[in-house]
Amino acid sequence: MKLFPILGGIHPEYRKELASEKAIVALPMPVALYIPLQQHIGAPAEVLVNEGDLVKKGQMIARSGGAVSSPQHAATSGRIKAVTDVTAPHPSGLPQTTIILEPDGKDEWGDLPEPITDPFTADPHAIHERVAQSGIVGMGGAAFPSAVKLNLGTQKKLEILLLNGAECEPYLTCDDRVMREYPDEIIDGARIMAHALGTARVVIAIEQNKPQAISIMTKAASAFPDVEVVGVPVQYPMGSERHLVQAITGRETPARKLTADLGVVVHNVATARAVHHAVRFGRPLVARVVTVSGGAIREPNNVMTPIGARIADLIEFCGGFSARPESIVNGGPMMGQPLASLDAPVVKGTSGILALTAEEINDRPTSACIRCGNCVTVCPCGLSPLDMAAFIRKDNLDVAAKLGVMDCFSCGSCSWVCPSHIPLVHYFNYAKGVLNDLERESRKNERIKSLAEVRIIRIEKAAEAKRAALAARKPASDAAPPSTGGEAKAATEEKANT
Amino acid sequence: MSATSIKKSGPFAHGYNTVQKTMFLVLLALAPATAFNLYLFGWPAILLFAITISACVAIEAGCLALAGKPVKATLADCSAILTGWLLAMSLPPWAPWWVGVLAAVFAVALAKHAFGGIGQNVFNPAMVGRTVMLISFPVSMTIWVAPHPLFSAGSPGLFEAFAITFGGHMPDTMSAASALGYIKTELSRGIAVTQSMGQLPDLMDMALGKRAGSLGETSALLILAGGLFLMFKRIISWHIPVSMMGSLFLIAALFHAIDPARFTSGTFHLLSGATFLGAFFIATDYVTSPVSKLGQIVFGIGVGLLTWSIRNFAGYPEGVAFAVLLMNSLAPIIDQYTRPRAFGRSRKGEPLPLEKKP
Ligand code: SF4
Ligand code: SF4
Repeated sequence: MKLFPILGGIHPEYRKELASEKAIVALPMPVALYIPLQQHIGAPAEVLVNEGDLVKKGQMIARSGGAVSSPQHAATSGRIKAVTDVTAPHPSGLPQTTIILEPDGKDEWGDLPEPITDPFTADPHAIHERVAQSGIVGMGGAAFPSAVKLNLGTQKKLEILLLNGAECEPYLTCDDRVMREYPDEIIDGARIMAHALGTARVVIAIEQNKPQAISIMTKAASAFPDVEVVGVPVQYPMGSERHLVQAITGRETPARKLTADLGVVVHNVATARAVHHAVRFGRPLVARVVTVSGGAIREPNNVMTPIGARIADLIEFCGGFSARPESIVNGGPMMGQPLASLDAPVVKGTSGILALTAEEINDRPTSACIRCGNCVTVCPCGLSPLDMAAFIRKDNLDVAAKLGVMDCFSCGSCSWVCPSHIPLVHYFNYAKGVLNDLERESRKNERIKSLAEVRIIRIEKAAEAKRAALAARKPASDAAPPSTGGEAKAATEEKANT
Repeated sequence: MSATSIKKSGPFAHGYNTVQKTMFLVLLALAPATAFNLYLFGWPAILLFAITISACVAIEAGCLALAGKPVKATLADCSAILTGWLLAMSLPPWAPWWVGVLAAVFAVALAKHAFGGIGQNVFNPAMVGRTVMLISFPVSMTIWVAPHPLFSAGSPGLFEAFAITFGGHMPDTMSAASALGYIKTELSRGIAVTQSMGQLPDLMDMALGKRAGSLGETSALLILAGGLFLMFKRIISWHIPVSMMGSLFLIAALFHAIDPARFTSGTFHLLSGATFLGAFFIATDYVTSPVSKLGQIVFGIGVGLLTWSIRNFAGYPEGVAFAVLLMNSLAPIIDQYTRPRAFGRSRKGEPLPLEKKP
């Protein structure tokens, strides 16, 4: 297959060998699971259980809280110990409503929805429904509810389901392992998704630093002419949705549009496997493979982890720390989030837990920008990080916005390459936060303003009407002209404001 | 967990490139050409080289201390050494000590620290040093010597060298003209280029560096080797050197074809003066050149064309330094107009239209 170049990018030290040859092992069931209501983008789920309830594995314990939301299920059988606030796996370390489940050790499945026996003749809606019910979200890290993305086929004409097995983040090997160990499940899931989306083709993109995964997946796909496995160049951030679509199709997703507007929908490989389980067996998403790695972890591994296990449990299972970790990261080292506490649970979007030593992070004191231009060269979005950072430092966020800071997806390439160790991404995250707040604020103000204007106009109109009524009683000649003009104006203004 | 620090933003990985490493590689790349030229011009050149670098480092330390900035940590970035090195390479090889020191003051104190230190300067410090000296002391700055390789007959010994560098005893018999200067003088006397070229070392000797010229600029081949090394190490890219030398060569060749009696050839322009040094080591200075690749091409073409124009039409035989300084002043504007196109947007910043499917 002909591939297309993508802009910029870097070649960090991948260090995937730490965990890539470790077959997936299951985490022994911890003494408690902490299942947050919000593990996804969108509205939090709504609790369905009470303290003391007995639940079975796979039972829905919180239902979807809106159009963009996702339910939560019990990852094992046991008793609900509490529904309370617990530290979230987020850099803020802020607490979040969480269901605490005490496993009973039996790990008994409850009543599951019937398998969809022939998914390729099933109505796509039945598949959306099943995926939504099963609590499946994007497992590459973004955790966007998958059913919403599967629904795109009803709105747009789609051509390709692009399965993202690039796994371009250093250290992470969970997708690699899943592809090597469960290729048939992934391909079956992908074909079901393609049917639901109405796409004719499935393309599975895997970075060339995973040759075993490529050959195993290619073999598994050989039975299906509509499924193609492609090795893509090793170039961070190849796994970014828009860039992967460009590499495969050569087409650039316009700003503020979706890849679906180009006819391509991207899903993660592990998500496809979850869809396979949901459709073929009725099993919801209750566990995922997490790569536990980094120089400070004694035995890096790929661990099948029930959703809700504490990160501390996971690290302990991997032999604990062998060195002092400088940072504990949720996700990959490039785009992952620092963890405030090891008490936070593993959620559906947790692809990796990394305990990194100071040496691996290689942070140094910041010095002045020498205008080397490296950041400009590597930015996959074609931005000028040094200029944006300079304006943000002067608190000139408007100019930074004009230079495109809102287009930055914090891939970290610029910070990585900067010889002066300027924390560029930190500046951009700050600016994006402030600009987002400002926009929300101004939208609110505008709404208030327009409401107020409508009200003023209404009052004026009422007054006009009164005057007109008064004038009507008098001889028509001296009152009519001014009132009609005013009324017409008010009417158009109200129209503009509604 | 309390022992680990919480950094707000990633990435939690970083390349191994540092400012210090970059500067060090540039120095390494300069070393062969410098060593060859120090050998070629002997002890006086070695003394001047040492004095100029020491002066730059001392002045940098003084300026940092005055500004209340960390002295040791900043000196460690090697940028003052690099400035001093390039400055020394652009001085006449047997110039007296004060030329090196004064040039260092202009380069480091005026061009760099008056603007706010590393990264803030608009003009290339070494070129400011050289140019201000050339304007202020036109005589001292244009005394060239023919090569006198170390230990060869006629090469001054260490003691004579001290007399030359610190005593100002320039032996008259040794002076020579640079090729560009010679052509210019002869032209002004009405002697055609075609004729005066005959008096110059042949092009092969010029490429090797056996010619009169500034302390470090004469060996085009060794400088080219250093430049290629920097490209290989990805410290510099091809954009500035190629566009600068390409444009210089093309315009020179064009005019040479039109009027060979008045204009020297493209090859001559490439091999004489500071063309190679300028293209690989001076115009490519990060701080004072544009950051985007497109900007660098525009910048390089500007330097090339200006160099040729100054060499031919201005009062000075050599134009690289002036050309670089002129383009330095344009770099911020070039940068503004040559920002890369953002992903998914047009050059104007509008979202791309949604093309119909192919
Ligand atoms: S990489 Fe760093 S030093 Fe180089 S231009 Fe960008 S911000 Fe400046
Ligand atoms: S973090 Fe943003 S600005 Fe930096 S390279 Fe990535 S997209 Fe570009």
